[in-house]
Amino acid sequence: MTALQSPQSPRSPAEPAGTSAPSPTSRRGRRRRATALAPRDKLVLGLMLGIPSLVHIALVWVPALGSVGLSFSSWDGIGGFADIEWVGFQNYVDILTRYPRFWPAFRHNLIWLLFLLVVPTVAGLLLAVLLDRQLRFGRIYQSALYLPMVLSLALVGFIWQLIYQPEQGLLNNVLGTASTDPVNWLGDPDINLYAVLVAAGWRHTGYIMLLYLAGLKSVDPALKEAAALDGANAWQTFFRVTFPVLKPVNVVVLVVTVIEGLRAFDIVYVINKGRNGLELLSVLVTDNIIGESSRIGWGSALAVVLLLISLGFIITYLFQVFREEDRA
Amino acid sequence: MTRFSASPHPLLGRRALLRAMVAGAGIAALPGLAACGSDGGGAVTDTVSFGNNQSDQVPKDAITAVLKAFEGESGLKVAINTKQHEQYQEQINNYLQGKPDDVLSWFAGYRMRFFAEKGLTGDLSEVWSKVSGGYEPALKEASTASDGKQYLIPFVQYPWGVFYRKSVWQQRGYEQPKTLDQLVALSTKMQADGLVPIAFAQKQGWPGMGTFDQLNFRINGYQFHVDLMAGKEDWQGPKVREVFDTWKRLLPFHQENALGREWQEAAQALQQGKAGMYLLGSFVAQQFKGPDVDDLDFFPYPEINPEHGQDTVEAPIDGFMMSRKPGNPEGARKLLEYLSTPAAQLAYVKADPSQVAASNKAETTGYNALQKKSAQVIKEAAHITQFLDRDTDPRFASDAATNGLNAFIQNPDDLDTILKGMADQAKTIFTG
Repeated sequence: MTALQSPQSPRSPAEPAGTSAPSPTSRRGRRRRATALAPRDKLVLGLMLGIPSLVHIALVWVPALGSVGLSFSSWDGIGGFADIEWVGFQNYVDILTRYPRFWPAFRHNLIWLLFLLVVPTVAGLLLAVLLDRQLRFGRIYQSALYLPMVLSLALVGFIWQLIYQPEQGLLNNVLGTASTDPVNWLGDPDINLYAVLVAAGWRHTGYIMLLYLAGLKSVDPALKEAAALDGANAWQTFFRVTFPVLKPVNVVVLVVTVIEGLRAFDIVYVINKGRNGLELLSVLVTDNIIGESSRIGWGSALAVVLLLISLGFIITYLFQVFREEDRA
Repeated sequence: MTRFSASPHPLLGRRALLRAMVAGAGIAALPGLAACGSDGGGAVTDTVSFGNNQSDQVPKDAITAVLKAFEGESGLKVAINTKQHEQYQEQINNYLQGKPDDVLSWFAGYRMRFFAEKGLTGDLSEVWSKVSGGYEPALKEASTASDGKQYLIPFVQYPWGVFYRKSVWQQRGYEQPKTLDQLVALSTKMQADGLVPIAFAQKQGWPGMGTFDQLNFRINGYQFHVDLMAGKEDWQGPKVREVFDTWKRLLPFHQENALGREWQEAAQALQQGKAGMYLLGSFVAQQFKGPDVDDLDFFPYPEINPEHGQDTVEAPIDGFMMSRKPGNPEGARKLLEYLSTPAAQLAYVKADPSQVAASNKAETTGYNALQKKSAQVIKEAAHITQFLDRDTDPRFASDAATNGLNAFIQNPDDLDTILKGMADQAKTIFTG
């Protein structure tokens, strides 16, 4: 702090220029000079903005643009730039027309996203509202419901594999079908995606519940009281008063869910390496890039498709946020 | 002075950080660059480094013992660098381009040729000129790249065949089928006896390739297998179609829900006597304990097309390559020469009795019954194939082939779509 207290120290930008007793004639000039930052401030600001920006560019934009660039190439990852063959949009054309796994993966990603947006969100909100009513043992329920979130998705995959096993698994034994006609929950490509989504949703619900619970705690009880005095019933109080107040939480939930939906990978990878009904775009990217003889260009093109989908959501979201800020 | 006067240092720090970051990003984006200038060489050393992919305890101890014996014999030291088996394969690309060990484990066939032709592994024709008397011509062929030079020293191998329990077959009076029709008749009989005729598992994605290979070279012969794997034949053609049609005829005799089962579970079905037969590599014996091992026997896949009979055996070869620029080239060649000897190979297969020595000079007297049979079947074969995923481009094997076979097993009636998908992908991969 010594620097800021010393008389020579530059003014902080927040300090209004006019307060330092300027003469009327020099007012305009002084104000301009004071708005223009002193060299030291520039340096500090430059460092504070520059370092994160450079880290961001190096770790986010360079790889992202690198992937876009490589998606126009055919390269097996061996040798340097000279060995890269540029093929234009060929990878994209082949992926869209000739790659049998692409469209299923694309569809599964969308189903994944829709499922997470609907089921765990509604369930999480319901649980949060129930827990907010100060139930007895509420804290125990709260911990129990949040517990799955502590586990990694890969671990969730292992746990649910035990539950879904056809002959020895819990589910078929509870249903009583284990010995007669066991349902192959994870092996049947018509149902395994939904079986996995239940597992992923089981974990995600606790997270959503916690977010809503935090939001509900911050709702002013006076609002609810006022609504009750006006004769609103419980449903009306929730949908007309509480839910609108939760709007900022809704935005967070939306963002968290979209991220969770698009990055889904580990749970299907531990179950069957993302094959046979569990294809996801992230799995296809990994399959093509990692391994003995990789198709860097092909995998990058798939990654770009995933990037475009993510951008679609991010741009829509940012657009909404900025429009609201403008209105405010 | 004030604290702000110290700002040049953070600035310098930032520059240094930046430089490091750009360098880091460059290396990450371009694995090829990391290889530049990393070739040590130069210094004279008495140590040979050895890249080992046998990470399970028993084979790891066995290979360590073999290398210890080499140390005693040659006076050289061997530095063993063990990596987890699957990880080793996934990282081989970067491993070979970085600083690989002098001598390293790998597989024969296309998988060896791919890296040899990229210039990532060393020419071993000099070593081969000394050791070629110990190998059958088929093994030399499997170690030779398209430039006519050898890049691999075969160490051990194991055959694929139809495995069964002698006791179960004796009790029920089953006999080894010699033709496809006999196989179908036997399967029908097993089904009537309440057995699953053919155990089957495809969860790992590769065991089904074994079934495809057997049907393919029994129907279309060895050369067609080689050409198809090299991308020179059409997956939509009538010959491949016939393979799948035959498979479709046999599918009802295979264990159901194969896509949700690992080969170990299918092997247990055989071991428990619930299944009558299982087409797999001889490593199936790893699931058999104690006296059960002696009860295990196998026969080569039955004849389908009399033109080809049973002339081909699938017997993948594991061996060793030398890196492109080994730190100790003399020592590396000495070690490779040692690994080609029957003594080294027999010491290893004693610890892992599901394999047999690759050398034709190896004494078979110390083998168990299964190993003796394996050695005999391999010796009698006119042609030896490696395995679908070792004989073709890994880009095709890991994606198009695996998922095509999975789709077929799931929906055999979709054959037209599946074969079109495989053919289309083959065209994008085999462009040369």
